Amino acid sequence: MDAKLINPFINATMNVLETMAFVKCTAEKPYLKKDDVARGDVTGVIGITGEANGTIAVTFDQGAILKIVSNMFGETITELNNEVADAVGELTNMISGQARRELEEAGRVFEAAIPSVISGKNHMITHYTDGPKIAIPFSTEGGKFTIEVCLEK
Amino acid sequence: MDLSIKILIVDDFATMRRILKNILKQLGFSNVTEADDGTTALDLLKASSFDLVISDWNMPKMTGLDLLKQIRSMPETKNLPFLMVTAEAQKQNVIEAVQAGVSNYVVKPFTADQISEKLKKILG
Repeated sequence: MDAKLINPFINATMNVLETMAFVKCTAEKPYLKKDDVARGDVTGVIGITGEANGTIAVTFDQGAILKIVSNMFGETITELNNEVADAVGELTNMISGQARRELEEAGRVFEAAIPSVISGKNHMITHYTDGPKIAIPFSTEGGKFTIEVCLEK
Repeated sequence: MDLSIKILIVDDFATMRRILKNILKQLGFSNVTEADDGTTALDLLKASSFDLVISDWNMPKMTGLDLLKQIRSMPETKNLPFLMVTAEAQKQNVIEAVQAGVSNYVVKPFTADQISEKLKKILG
């Protein structure tokens, strides 16, 4: 897969979390993911269409997302509830929008659907296409999260 | 700015309504009503008068753009200030919103300062 398609998602994720949740995150080494098991406890998935079709998933472990959502709301959130799921949907939406804006500036236009959210230990992430799944892990103060980008080519 | 104005926040995500409400509260606005999509917002706008709408774009049932067009087509709301707050930041989106008569446009993610600045521009 073209790295130029991946980088905007990394940049967007870091920018969204820093702007909305004041959380700094560090990208770790990307890898090719072979299975469908989520690395996190709650995942936002968004379908994109355009130059290539596919899905973007952002999966957070409990510690990471509770810190992020607590910062966004300005109050401490201690459990993975519907409020957290809603926040993950909105974060995924923002990451998708921001990444597509950067892609557009490079002349590559994509459209996105409204995100869906899945939660629970070891849940499955099903990508709509069978292209390679690139996983980019990130570390934050509260815990880890991973972005998965799966685009058909 | 008149802090007693009546504001309608329209977003399908409770998270974004909560964040916007928190920011408005910090800025001193307390008369805030919420709607989770354009259809609900339109019903509220028909039932009582508001001084400002802050709306998302991508929502089920009725999008923010369609809500804006409806608002501009009704005599009693045609001049109602309308701030679009959206993750849709592609050029075509901005053009469409401007053509439909949006008062101003904020791209998510945003800071409280950006919202404050846009409100000052809209409300004077």
